Amino acid sequence: MNSRTIFPFHGGVHPPEFKDLSSGAPIAAAPLPSKLVVPLLQSVGNCARPLVQVGERVLKGQKIGAPDGALSVAVHAPTSGIVTAIGPAMLAHPSGLSEPAITIEPDGEDRWIDRQPLDWRNVEPRIVREHLRDMGIVGLGGAIFPSHLKIVEKGKVKTLIVNGAECEPYITCDDRLMRERAEGILAGAAIVRELLGAQQILVGIEDNKPEAVAIMREAIRASGLPADVGVVPTLYPSGAAKQLIKLLTNIEVPSGVRSTDLGVQCFNVGTLYTIWRAIEFGEPAISRVVTLTGNVERPGNYEALIGTPLNELLQLAGVRPQATGYVYGGPMMGFELANLDIGLSKAGNCIIVRDAVHFPPRPLEMPCIRCGKCADACPIELQPMDFYWFTRSKRYDKLEQWQLFDCIECGACAYVCPSHIRLVDYFRYAKSEIWADERQMKAADHARQRHEFRQFREEREKREKAERLAARAAPKAVEANSEAAPVDAADAERAARIKAAMERAAAKNAALNVESAPLVEPPAAPTEPALDEEKAARIRAAMQKREEEKARLAAMSPEERAALDAEKAARIAAAKEKAAAKKAAQEQDKAE
Amino acid sequence: MIAFLEAILIMVVLAVVLGAVLGFAAIKYKVDDDPLVDKIDEILPQTQCGQCGYPGCKPYATALAAGEAEINLCVPGGEDGVRKLADLLGKDFVPMSAEVQVEKPKSYAVIDENLCIGCTLCLQACPVDAIVGSAKHLHTVLVKECTGCELCVAPCPVNCISMKPVPENLTSWKWHYPVIPLKVKKQA
Amino acid sequence: MMTSPFVAQPMPLNRLMYRVIGALLPGMAVATWAFGIGVLVQVALAVAVALATEAWCLNLRRYPVRPYLADGSAVLTACLLALSIPPLAPWWLVVLGTFIAVGFVKHLFGGLGQNPFNPAMIGFAALIVSFPAQMSRWAAPLALAPADLDAVAQIGLIFTGHLSSGAGFDAVASATPLDAIRTGLLQRIPLADILGTPKFGALGGAAQQWIALGYLLGGLFLWQQRVIQWRLPVVFLGSVFLTATLFYWANPAHYASPLLHLFAGGTMLGAFFIVTDPVTSPTTPLGQIIFAGLAGVLAYLIRVLGNFPDGVAFSVIIMNIVVPFLDQYTQPAVFGRKKGGRA
Repeated sequence: MNSRTIFPFHGGVHPPEFKDLSSGAPIAAAPLPSKLVVPLLQSVGNCARPLVQVGERVLKGQKIGAPDGALSVAVHAPTSGIVTAIGPAMLAHPSGLSEPAITIEPDGEDRWIDRQPLDWRNVEPRIVREHLRDMGIVGLGGAIFPSHLKIVEKGKVKTLIVNGAECEPYITCDDRLMRERAEGILAGAAIVRELLGAQQILVGIEDNKPEAVAIMREAIRASGLPADVGVVPTLYPSGAAKQLIKLLTNIEVPSGVRSTDLGVQCFNVGTLYTIWRAIEFGEPAISRVVTLTGNVERPGNYEALIGTPLNELLQLAGVRPQATGYVYGGPMMGFELANLDIGLSKAGNCIIVRDAVHFPPRPLEMPCIRCGKCADACPIELQPMDFYWFTRSKRYDKLEQWQLFDCIECGACAYVCPSHIRLVDYFRYAKSEIWADERQMKAADHARQRHEFRQFREEREKREKAERLAARAAPKAVEANSEAAPVDAADAERAARIKAAMERAAAKNAALNVESAPLVEPPAAPTEPALDEEKAARIRAAMQKREEEKARLAAMSPEERAALDAEKAARIAAAKEKAAAKKAAQEQDKAE
Repeated sequence: MIAFLEAILIMVVLAVVLGAVLGFAAIKYKVDDDPLVDKIDEILPQTQCGQCGYPGCKPYATALAAGEAEINLCVPGGEDGVRKLADLLGKDFVPMSAEVQVEKPKSYAVIDENLCIGCTLCLQACPVDAIVGSAKHLHTVLVKECTGCELCVAPCPVNCISMKPVPENLTSWKWHYPVIPLKVKKQA
Repeated sequence: MMTSPFVAQPMPLNRLMYRVIGALLPGMAVATWAFGIGVLVQVALAVAVALATEAWCLNLRRYPVRPYLADGSAVLTACLLALSIPPLAPWWLVVLGTFIAVGFVKHLFGGLGQNPFNPAMIGFAALIVSFPAQMSRWAAPLALAPADLDAVAQIGLIFTGHLSSGAGFDAVASATPLDAIRTGLLQRIPLADILGTPKFGALGGAAQQWIALGYLLGGLFLWQQRVIQWRLPVVFLGSVFLTATLFYWANPAHYASPLLHLFAGGTMLGAFFIVTDPVTSPTTPLGQIIFAGLAGVLAYLIRVLGNFPDGVAFSVIIMNIVVPFLDQYTQPAVFGRKKGGRA
């Protein structure tokens, strides 16, 4: 079956596949759900910024979220309808945290916006990348990395690898996509190949998908592309990008190095298909093929809109009783969903409904006996048992030395451990602890800088004040009767300078606050963003008033001054009392 | 007798030679390290809150380096910080005293705008200039810069500053340490 | 909540251990045929004491007893120790040795997976150093036994120290082949003469060579079942063989042939069952080669140059000390970071 040489990688495991549960039937279109909860965080990187308001009518494919920063993509309405809510919604993420999302109620008409294909051959590559970003294209293999950032400048990449391996058990969405839409995938591959200037296209497919291999081979022959199908042995995780690159080209991409620097780039078949639709038809990424499998009546692949609530999606497949949980993703790398009131994200390639027979509860974790089976299984040739020991003793320095961050969390090590140790849990814990430590160090360094600057500033002010006092000592003897005014003027000048500086700082920080995560509850409203003329005039008037008041005070007799002070104290006391009373009332309200 | 003297002579010569080698190595291959104070300061969390009794993290670090302070005084650093200091200074780990409230969640200060009178007292108290405002004008806390040291809460004459815990977001969320339920036979 | 991976198909720990114990059975059977029921009595005693000690220690440490007892590691330690000591040794010897092995070396250091030394070997070493007389109370194989030793007599000897006829152990005592070589050489008897005595067969000691073959078969079974890897046993046997060859070429009159060294003493048992103990051997391929190689060399040197007839136990213990060091400095290159790899 295979004409290409395959360069096997180290390790790997062979879990039972269960792919024929869902690979028999063609992709079915999911009907319009009752509502769509479209997350604004649809790629790694930043959340998109919402562009619509509650109550606004949107059309299918309309941009409802603008990319925020370089590592971000646009978000689109999956169907026409009304925006009913913009606010935090639970994400499909192991943490169960919420991120901003736009809820749309479909109007049933499914009306498209005016779609414009892109004449990609005759525009600058930058325009094509921006178009892909504005069409919301991210990697659909599960990593959701913005695809426009993967199309690097021409000439760097020699081999474009199309990832049709789909190594995880249960998942068959890529298999069906290749069987039914091979031409579209290859058209997308052709576009990407030209953009990258690559010389050849290699399609990697595991040997448990013979129909897909045949269909893709036929489609390649018909298209005349310089492409070839490399059939790789069925071994998990041959679908991991690095492993597939090694299998097909014998190039080993270390962690931290971009594969484009070594002349290869890898795209998932689903991503390529979406790229083709985006460029040739102007259709943004608003749907994806999801495998619904496991303990369901009608396992299979469904093309569902992004944002479809997962409980409605699973109703299509018909969840059987005795379901013990829901896994988002595959059984080796997916995560358990806390509840199903979540909108489908672009990373959702599969939902497995667990049952007690195929997913039995974990046996008791025994101690590690250093048998080395995990190291034998690791595709990155790491030493998982050493990671386990180092994590238990919190030796984070040793973990980094042993290359913990090269781990792709594939789960092969935990799959073979005779002691049933949850190895990947330890690694994930260690990674998040190390990252948290780094963030803390950065925050501490930043705080130290600000503190040191503050000390410097205070020193500087003291020095300047001393200099000014010294400078004034000479003319003070001459202008005896008007000494009050120059002192005040100098003070007022300083006060004005400080105020101006503070307002500048406030303006800068207010601007920063607007740029970042506006929807995470702002604790206090930022100060006025600009020092407008009206305010400046008011400040000047206030300062003037203060100066006049000071002059009056100076001219007063001590008794008058004392009376004035007492009056002022009384006013402040009254204000404090009022504040205290108000606070007490508030607390009483809270308690009720 | 001669053998005895010979033995002594050989030992003395060996000692002198080895001592010379060690001394030479100690001087020629001396490693230029950060001074100890900077190393300690790296570990401290830089909240400059003063809960250790010293007016800031650098003074506490200086005191630690001079051996004048205990290592378990830093509250924001928590137990982790005490362990790191113990490692660095070669001292034994000392748990934090019971009165000191440990493991408070990381918080930031919030000024209630309705109550603020614009006195700038909190502004002057903040060690990292995280409060902006001017006299008789509304003050506000820059959340990103606030370290949660709580030095601003006390000076406020109208008591309008409260501490809110920093909400968890996707970047700050951490995986939990895997807990394996063992059936513990007897409780102590 | 469960976390990924949601499926797993390992060979569970207890099945791993039971396979190793099963691989010991051929050697154990041959030993019983050669030396009598004493072998089984020692094994039974050792297993009982091992399980009891483990249960007691787990209780003290407040661990659940059943899953840890069922994992078979204590039974394995017991069997290894029992097969290394003389079959007719007094009963308290094996009890003490097993107690030291399981209680001290395994549980005092933290239980399964935490012991820095091989428990059976430390038990053996403790016994041979503390009770050299009793540990050299080897009996001749039944075929060559001077007195009549049936099962009852053997059990009587183990538990009482006397034969039914009233005679002491000396009536049936006989040195092991390696011991015989050593004492014979010290007495300046030419090696060829020593090897000519009926105690010796074609490959090694008359009975011992068959026992060693039994262990070899068991070891091959383990390798085929992928319980152990080829590196440790092959390198260990290879280095014993090579070192023996060197000495043999230097002075064939004084040093026995390499083949004898392979099949005598604890070489086969050591190669497949002791050196391959996963907890106390290195995890890296290069580390394993160095470990097994040096262990083999040391074992041979202790045999010919040292005071003990068999050096496998001590050489393994010495190499166990070096294992963390070997692990640290022989870490293999990670995917993508290999020198000269196509990157």
